[in-house]
Amino acid sequence: MDAKYDVVDTIGEQKIRNFNINFGPQHPAAHGVLRLVLELDGEIVERCDPHIGLLHRGTEKLMESRTYLQNLPYLDRLDYVAPMNQEHAWCLAIERLTGTPVPRRGQLIRVLYSEIGRILNHLLNVTTQAMDVGALTPPLWGFEEREKLMIFYERACGARLHAAYFRPGGVHQDLPRDLIDDIGAWAAAFPAVLDDIHALLTENRIFKQRNVDIAVVSQEECQALGFSGVMVRGSGITWDLRRAQPYECYDEFDFKIPVGRNGDCYDRYLCRMAEMYESTKIIVQAIAKLNECEGEEVMTRGKISPPRRGVMKSSMEALIHHFKLYTEGFHVPAGEVYAAVEAPKGEFGVYLVADGTNKPWRVKLRAPGFAHLQAMDHICRGHMVADVAAALGSLDIVFGEVDR
Amino acid sequence: METALDELRETIAAGRQAASLVEVITQVGELTLVVPLADIPAVVNYLRTDQNCRFTTLIDITAVDWPAREKRFDLVYHFLSMHLNQRVRVKAQVGEGEIAPSILPEFPSANWYEREVFDMYGILFSGHPDLRRLLTDYGFSGYPLRKDFPTTGYVEVRYSEEQKRVVYEPVKLTQEYRQFDFMSPWEGADYILPGDEKKG
Repeated sequence: MDAKYDVVDTIGEQKIRNFNINFGPQHPAAHGVLRLVLELDGEIVERCDPHIGLLHRGTEKLMESRTYLQNLPYLDRLDYVAPMNQEHAWCLAIERLTGTPVPRRGQLIRVLYSEIGRILNHLLNVTTQAMDVGALTPPLWGFEEREKLMIFYERACGARLHAAYFRPGGVHQDLPRDLIDDIGAWAAAFPAVLDDIHALLTENRIFKQRNVDIAVVSQEECQALGFSGVMVRGSGITWDLRRAQPYECYDEFDFKIPVGRNGDCYDRYLCRMAEMYESTKIIVQAIAKLNECEGEEVMTRGKISPPRRGVMKSSMEALIHHFKLYTEGFHVPAGEVYAAVEAPKGEFGVYLVADGTNKPWRVKLRAPGFAHLQAMDHICRGHMVADVAAALGSLDIVFGEVDR
Repeated sequence: METALDELRETIAAGRQAASLVEVITQVGELTLVVPLADIPAVVNYLRTDQNCRFTTLIDITAVDWPAREKRFDLVYHFLSMHLNQRVRVKAQVGEGEIAPSILPEFPSANWYEREVFDMYGILFSGHPDLRRLLTDYGFSGYPLRKDFPTTGYVEVRYSEEQKRVVYEPVKLTQEYRQFDFMSPWEGADYILPGDEKKG
């Protein structure tokens, strides 16, 4: 021991300095292409500067030169973990400006698939967060369920990820009978799978050591930092847009809003787990309601939506309408609107400025992950460098939506 | 919902900031306050701290480009009050080269939003401590979301096998970027279709 102290003396104090390290852009725990410039004092994070934009594709600029319907698939490519929830916000914005009602069956299908999207997202987040802190089994178990859900996506719209299924005025096509039954069967079996993941993680000693009391945010900080979704609920604020500002027919559904108490990574994990149970409940209710209105219209047939296939084959006007809709597109009256949905990650909003033509003048996509990621510096200061991965995992970042 | 919005409108109009409101608009169930650029910090402070408003969450800051207008940009703020369950939009016009006041002292979360607006539109914010580009490439020049910026951009990158590094080159398009024009000639197009140039 004495010899060691001697060495320190001869090195002198000026040799002690802070380290700057780059976390990412190619780091498995960076959840995509994030570059964090970390200033470290030993293992303590002194400053954390996220460099984003490595996945910037200029979505907002591209949307200005395409028609409203052509823009819809871009929304899938934002948060590619739960694509339909984003489409939902886009459709709501257009429907509000044009004053288009959505038929009940269309609303129910939207609710059903939004909740499937929520489970898709939370399964990915919860299990990869476990992987970030050292567990390998949860992702394997979670991804098996995600695969089943993506098959439901595929059976509804033909694509596993980039669905383009929600359309202004409703959803593109009705769901086949057997698909609804299969979703019902899946929803009946899913809580048991969740229980397994619970058993694997919730009381796991390593998982708790890595997550409890890490990245604590208070209620005041949540609001000042512009958080939404699970990030505020983990801190104990009962705030959920599905309940507070109901859209579609969410006010008919019976579900609880899980809130945390401490605002740390572990509480956010528990919130996500509890939300998956609640989403499953909503799915079961939605299926029961869908069975009551079988065969009804899923889309408002009007100016902004295509005519039914059968009508198109026999009516000249319908054929012209179909042609004009898919070439010129529909016109949206001039005005501005902000439509937000409770996406799995938080409040996803679309600010749409229309100038009366068939293309939007300006679209601003408000991604929840953007606000969450900019708080990294605040959250990580004073934590150990190993906690950065845990904090990042619980923020639930997907770069498709942060960088747009 | 509607009546609550009207009440909020009355409250804000009656508040201390009434003098600085240029216009109050209610459209599709949303409240928009148009204020002069210099009054933004005062209005934002009022909205955040007043007991009848408490808009404590900043949702978004963005801008809209209207090149034909004298002051070409609209700076748009969205706020949410979880206490009142209400939203409000604050707008101000900004001319090119004008400097907007930063609301960073009021909302720490304004940091990246203002950086993004600067990055995309070139609007400067006074009082922002770290106004770097956010989303675009290191060393990028130009402001992509301005209407006079081409969608294809000016430079493209590729990996050069000879130089063993990524090189920047001017954009070469094998086909012109297609901007389809769907204005119907029957509904009064203000241009002349090719072939129709002859008079009479």
